[in-house]
Amino acid sequence: MSDTPGAVVAPSAEDALALGLSRAEYELVCEKQGRAPNRVELAMYSLMWSEHCAYKHSKKLLRTLPTEGPHVVMGPGENAGAVDVGDGLACAFKVESHNHPSAVEPFQGAATGVGGILRDIFAIGARPIAVLDSLRFGEPSSARTRYLLDGAVSGIAHYGNSIGVPTVGGEVYFEGPYEQNCLVNAMALGLAPRERLMRSAAAGPGNVLVLFGASTGRDGIGGASVLASAELGQPDADAEAGADRRPTVQVGDPFEEKKLLECSLELLQQGLLVSLQDLGAAGLTSSASEMASKGAVGIDIDVAEVPLREPGMEPFEVMVSESQERMLCVVEPANVEAVMRLCRKWEVSGAAIGEVTDSRRMRVLVAGELVGDMPVSALVDDCPLYDLQPAEPTGQLYPTPPPVLRADATPREMLLCLLSCPNLASRRPLFERYDAIVQSRTVRRPEQADAAVLAIHPLGSGPPAGAGPTGARAAAGTASAAGAADPVPAIAVSIDGNGRRVAADPYRGTIAAVLECASNLACVGAEPLATTNNLNFGNPEKPHIAWQLSESVRGLGDACRALHAPIVGGNVSLYNEGASGPIYPTPVIGMVGRLPDARRAGRLGFANDGETIALVGPFAPALQAGELAKLRGEPLVGKLAEIDLKAVRDAQLAVRDAVRAGGLSSAHDIAEGGLAVALAECCLAGNVGAEVEIGPSFWQKSPSEQRSPSGAPARPSVEPVAPGVVALFGEGPGGFVVSGSPQALRELGLRTLVRPLGTVGGDVLRIATDGPQEAVEATLAELTEAHGALWELFA
Amino acid sequence: MKFGVLQFPGSCDEVDALGAARRVGDAELLWHGARDLKGADAIVVPGGFSYGDYLRAGAIARFSPAMESVIAFAGDGGIVLGICNGFQVLCEAHLLPGALLGNANRRFTFRQVELDVVNRDTIFTRACTAGERLSVPAKHSWGRYYAAEDTLAAIERSGQVVLRYAAGENFNGSLNDIAGVCNEAGNVFGLMPHPEHAVDELTGSTDGLRIFESIRLSVEGVRV
Repeated sequence: MSDTPGAVVAPSAEDALALGLSRAEYELVCEKQGRAPNRVELAMYSLMWSEHCAYKHSKKLLRTLPTEGPHVVMGPGENAGAVDVGDGLACAFKVESHNHPSAVEPFQGAATGVGGILRDIFAIGARPIAVLDSLRFGEPSSARTRYLLDGAVSGIAHYGNSIGVPTVGGEVYFEGPYEQNCLVNAMALGLAPRERLMRSAAAGPGNVLVLFGASTGRDGIGGASVLASAELGQPDADAEAGADRRPTVQVGDPFEEKKLLECSLELLQQGLLVSLQDLGAAGLTSSASEMASKGAVGIDIDVAEVPLREPGMEPFEVMVSESQERMLCVVEPANVEAVMRLCRKWEVSGAAIGEVTDSRRMRVLVAGELVGDMPVSALVDDCPLYDLQPAEPTGQLYPTPPPVLRADATPREMLLCLLSCPNLASRRPLFERYDAIVQSRTVRRPEQADAAVLAIHPLGSGPPAGAGPTGARAAAGTASAAGAADPVPAIAVSIDGNGRRVAADPYRGTIAAVLECASNLACVGAEPLATTNNLNFGNPEKPHIAWQLSESVRGLGDACRALHAPIVGGNVSLYNEGASGPIYPTPVIGMVGRLPDARRAGRLGFANDGETIALVGPFAPALQAGELAKLRGEPLVGKLAEIDLKAVRDAQLAVRDAVRAGGLSSAHDIAEGGLAVALAECCLAGNVGAEVEIGPSFWQKSPSEQRSPSGAPARPSVEPVAPGVVALFGEGPGGFVVSGSPQALRELGLRTLVRPLGTVGGDVLRIATDGPQEAVEATLAELTEAHGALWELFA
Repeated sequence: MKFGVLQFPGSCDEVDALGAARRVGDAELLWHGARDLKGADAIVVPGGFSYGDYLRAGAIARFSPAMESVIAFAGDGGIVLGICNGFQVLCEAHLLPGALLGNANRRFTFRQVELDVVNRDTIFTRACTAGERLSVPAKHSWGRYYAAEDTLAAIERSGQVVLRYAAGENFNGSLNDIAGVCNEAGNVFGLMPHPEHAVDELTGSTDGLRIFESIRLSVEGVRV
């Protein structure tokens, strides 16, 4: 047995347990090392073998997902995935979670979540062009929820706004099971010339390892293992929950990251780097060992060369610090001085801290003295992977929400209650805190369309075609980035994930989330290119959580295969449980699409008086697990209805093509709250009323109604609803509300089911049904007031 | 004509300003550490968070070498436009009267706002029509225009108030609904809303081009 380098007192197995390793894992580490690991090594193993870094409970499932397709340029395994978006450009994108840090300290947790995902994007050489966020909190009636919400939104705004990347979309849901364990997922997109995408594999023994960006401090030590890979435990019911873990949360500095971003992109542009990697969870340990693993080389790091924020840091602290705004690159010796010069230009510190070796070992030194020595493969690849032990739960997993609506509420009361409920009310009070337009690409902002639309080339990038720079007229209404006849290629992006539906039915609920993303893209005229996902679940060592996770991943794979939208990257966040139980299983889906001409990007609001409104697609409404059911206080039991993936996809393609052809004035996906809420949203976005009748034709062609005339199946123990309520407020995939000319709707009807409903106009939304109840009628002013319910949270 | 657009560490909207300027003329970026304004006819101090807005928005940027040159350029009658953070920098540099305080609603706010052109007899608004209303986005945390009482009276009297938020649009609580002011000589102008983000119909408005077009007319008028 070799000597243990740097050992004063070797840590024990109990120390390993305290760092989150199991006894068997510790014994495996000893076997891989051929001896007991010293303190530096144990710290590094405990992080690299954590759930967060090793995906040890999810890797086997993730291998079942589709990852290949004609548009894919870079699949899972790199810092972010990338697809070809035309014009020689690749779009890199990824979603990541920062749930536990945000539950402990929402402002910095959310801010550094944004910072981390942005670094993933520019680490592969892409300039970040957009951020989206997906948030989950408890009910806003709770003071803790309001504290977390305000902190997280402020943190996202602080980081995104300051770094000059627009926040173009997102979603937020409020549900009791997220009360103690909120979710903060952030997605980022970037663009790069295809051939300039950068990989992270280290190469070339003798090449120099340069760390640049912020200095290294004691912040975030143990973040990946202690914080991200364990349950949150017994929190107090107030803002002080998790206070003892606050030191493990990192602190972000968007100004430092802005300089780091510009510096990194200029280093790549000048061709000075062999490879590049950001520092995220597990800091230098993870970045360096993964670079070495991918390149099948070794790396030596001398921690004495690392610029430190405070004196007296132990070698293991330097290796595991999660200080933000740092990048690690491999540089040929001849280029080191040029790299340092650019670092000075951008006022970021740069230091040569080590070198690439051919040893395939990760070695840590202090001023030349060896203090840690591990096989790279043991650190990165040899963490044991675990099989899940899934078992479908027999009882009700989640508490029944308290009723908000009276059992005898009228449909009008239901509509106004739905529009004002936290999950459906206007998100304007939140998204107004984000800059959505910097970089001059944003063609559709939040609440203008179902998906954000971003021009591939900045809209301010030149004079109108044919006009010389000094002679250019700039008359209003004629100026566009290209000549009037040239299409403006664009990408569209959406992020979605309804945890309540997944809780009711993990397989179909996940399919519904993927379909909703694709439907959102269809409404702006975009075809899906690829998908990213963040799987937010509870403790996978519990059989019912394992079942949720495996069923959800099965649904994710089936849906992405059906849509030809493979998964190019993602993240898994497990152990999202508090003392009161697990969160709703929440796969968050991000989807990127392409549209040929942003000038025809769809809008969600009704536009022109007198145009025909139609319901499009194989929409089969059901109340099961829907928003109305929640407001009525119904328990979450029973499966969702079967989904005809092909019929939904056909409808999406038909709507997409109609939007591209310019025939539709508006297109909106029917989501939470069903048809009536979708109609109200179209009225609100267009500031115009509508006259609609849900007549016999609707009933004849609504499959779920035919199957079950008295309402959805499996809806237990609650007052039966009036006929028509299901049609008004039932939810399900595959439905769209569109408006346009009769001619455009006739053409659409050749490709998918089109049911004319009424006409745009006036300042009242009136929905008549042929059932016994009176028509639903509300003025625009009443709809607006109900929809503005969240403003009071930010008063 | 040629615009020079300053670039500080932490600038965010400099490329947008460059693109907007290029719709009416030539334009290039000017690095904060260099004193050479490269023969620009007009300078744009862009939006963003120069030097992270640490200490106070614009407080560090005003001491940069490029700003030393801009201050001298303005003193010689050169045309200077400050947008958002650039407005803050120009106030910190005492090229413009008053100061920008934290928004009355106490948070960063992004909103499309309507602006009334209240003085179109300026270098920066001469392409506007009488009583014109511009639709331009605003996005900032520190945009509440403030000036001492006598200063406020003086700039109102002398026509230095160029743009006002239309009724109901003043979310940041600016005194007298002031959205944009110029200096007494009329060659330096700052505004909180972003005209460079309203230059393409695909973004919803082209009204911001009026400002850039006005500058071009002024520069070329001087030359002819």
